[in-house]
Amino acid sequence: MKSKLRLKQRKNLFIFFMLLPAVVIPLIFTYYPMIVGSKMAFQSYNLMNIKNIKWIGLGNFAKLFERSTSNSFYTTMWNTVKWVGISLFFQFTVGFALALLLKKKFKGSAVYQGLIFFPWAVSGFIIGIMWRWMFNGTSGVINDILVRFHLIEQPIGWLSEKSTSLLSAIIANIWYGIPFFTIMITAALRGVPEELYEACDVDGANSLKKFIYVTVPSIRSVLVLTVMMRIIWIFNFPDLIYSMTQGGPAGSSNIITSYMMQLVQSLDYGLASAVGLLVILFLIIFTVLYLTATRFANSED
Amino acid sequence: MVKRKTKKKIGKTLKFIALAFNLVLVLFPFVWMLLTSLKGTQGEIYAFPVTYLPKKPSLVNYSSMLWKGNFGRYMINSLIVSITPAVFAVFFGVLAGYVISRYKFRMKGPLLLFFLITQMIPTFITLAPLYQMLSKWNMINKLSTLCLLYTNMMIPFSVVTLRSFFDGVPVSIEEAAWIDGCSRTKALFMVSIPVVKPGIAAASIFAFINSWNELFMAIMFIDVDKYKTIPVGLNALILKYDIRWGEMAAGTVMSLIPTMILFAFAQKYMIEGLTAGSVKG
Repeated sequence: MKSKLRLKQRKNLFIFFMLLPAVVIPLIFTYYPMIVGSKMAFQSYNLMNIKNIKWIGLGNFAKLFERSTSNSFYTTMWNTVKWVGISLFFQFTVGFALALLLKKKFKGSAVYQGLIFFPWAVSGFIIGIMWRWMFNGTSGVINDILVRFHLIEQPIGWLSEKSTSLLSAIIANIWYGIPFFTIMITAALRGVPEELYEACDVDGANSLKKFIYVTVPSIRSVLVLTVMMRIIWIFNFPDLIYSMTQGGPAGSSNIITSYMMQLVQSLDYGLASAVGLLVILFLIIFTVLYLTATRFANSED
Repeated sequence: MVKRKTKKKIGKTLKFIALAFNLVLVLFPFVWMLLTSLKGTQGEIYAFPVTYLPKKPSLVNYSSMLWKGNFGRYMINSLIVSITPAVFAVFFGVLAGYVISRYKFRMKGPLLLFFLITQMIPTFITLAPLYQMLSKWNMINKLSTLCLLYTNMMIPFSVVTLRSFFDGVPVSIEEAAWIDGCSRTKALFMVSIPVVKPGIAAASIFAFINSWNELFMAIMFIDVDKYKTIPVGLNALILKYDIRWGEMAAGTVMSLIPTMILFAFAQKYMIEGLTAGSVKG
């Protein structure tokens, strides 16, 4: 009896020490700062005015949602919706289409996959630099191509015009995100058992029917998960905008997280933390709703 | 029958064209950066209409980044802060991932949630408090601080990935080792870890690439030139009103080299690692 107890204790100790570093480090360097940061959201906390830190309740949030023409937070939120929605739609559809083409292995398909997967491993910051150069208003290669094909007459200041800066960043983001979907969906498609398609052949189903009744249901869980991961990720992804447009001109291409980065850099930590808290809140609500909705659909079929 | 065959052939050709077009689209930005970096004169770089191929390829942009700038130093710093998490985050990930996969214990559900939530916290909300904390501990402007922060950043992913790899290893092989008188720790290191090598490779590469790419923490916590990483160095160039695109392109190309090397040799593991977690469910 005694030895059994000691065995259990030893097992628990083993579990404890194995988990220790992986738990303690994030506690100190992610959770603790997050809690302090959440506290700052309710304080007037500006490093320019460090002597005057005080609790202001919801003051920072009130400032964010203030209805005035100089407040760009509403534009920023609307930009975020466009940024996530448009990027996701095209990343997903193009990625899916490519995956369908890549499903059957062909000579060199592994190399091909490797090549088109490469952008995924490059940082958003570098991608932004590359596209900033390509979208350059006076000597950019995109202007050059469009002029050569007579699609435009004069070079366009893609990143310096309010009407096109966010759009340019979205185009770069679509380009950047396609490989992720292609790789994930290709792997999933290759896992669908061939017999399912053969059964369809017997029934004389055409390709569209096969796609709707076999392909999509079989890889449904991968689709649900990748879309969710991607939405969270695009939402939390200011890097590309940061290096491409710096949120400009005049804040017209800011999304919520690049806006927050600017607030951090202007040392208004209180306001920045308020934005951060909104982001966390939104992502948690989104995740819960999304998972409930998709699980709900799951139990139906 | 014949009609069906030609139809198939047309389909195949269309598929080939689509894939080739896509390849061009994917590679063009990189090729364009390379071409720009090889152009020696400002006139050539900023010409419009664009001259696509450099008239006389020159390495002047590279040499000015390396010798006039401090890019070589940045590269070494970047290597240091990327290799450290590739080792430590993955080591901690192996330990925790193993226990989560193999043992039943009360806090398992909350523990997984603990790792999941870290992925949803925007870095920015932690930056300001981290800055205060680190300056109190005298840890600003140190490479070791970045090593620590990047290890922290990569722990959750490593844990989750390695756990799913351990899930794929049958318990029976460890049990056999226990029966032979192996201790738990010994069984882990001698039996299980060798089996999940692909998972370890994948997690290390992810940790390396993500740390290599990280920008915002590095900007926040490093402002001494000799400790700058590549992204911080490039950031200083891009914040200037007048960006010198030839040098910028050279810096970009150089920053891509390690990623390309990893891709050439270990791409299989990366795809495996990326798809392992979600495809297996």
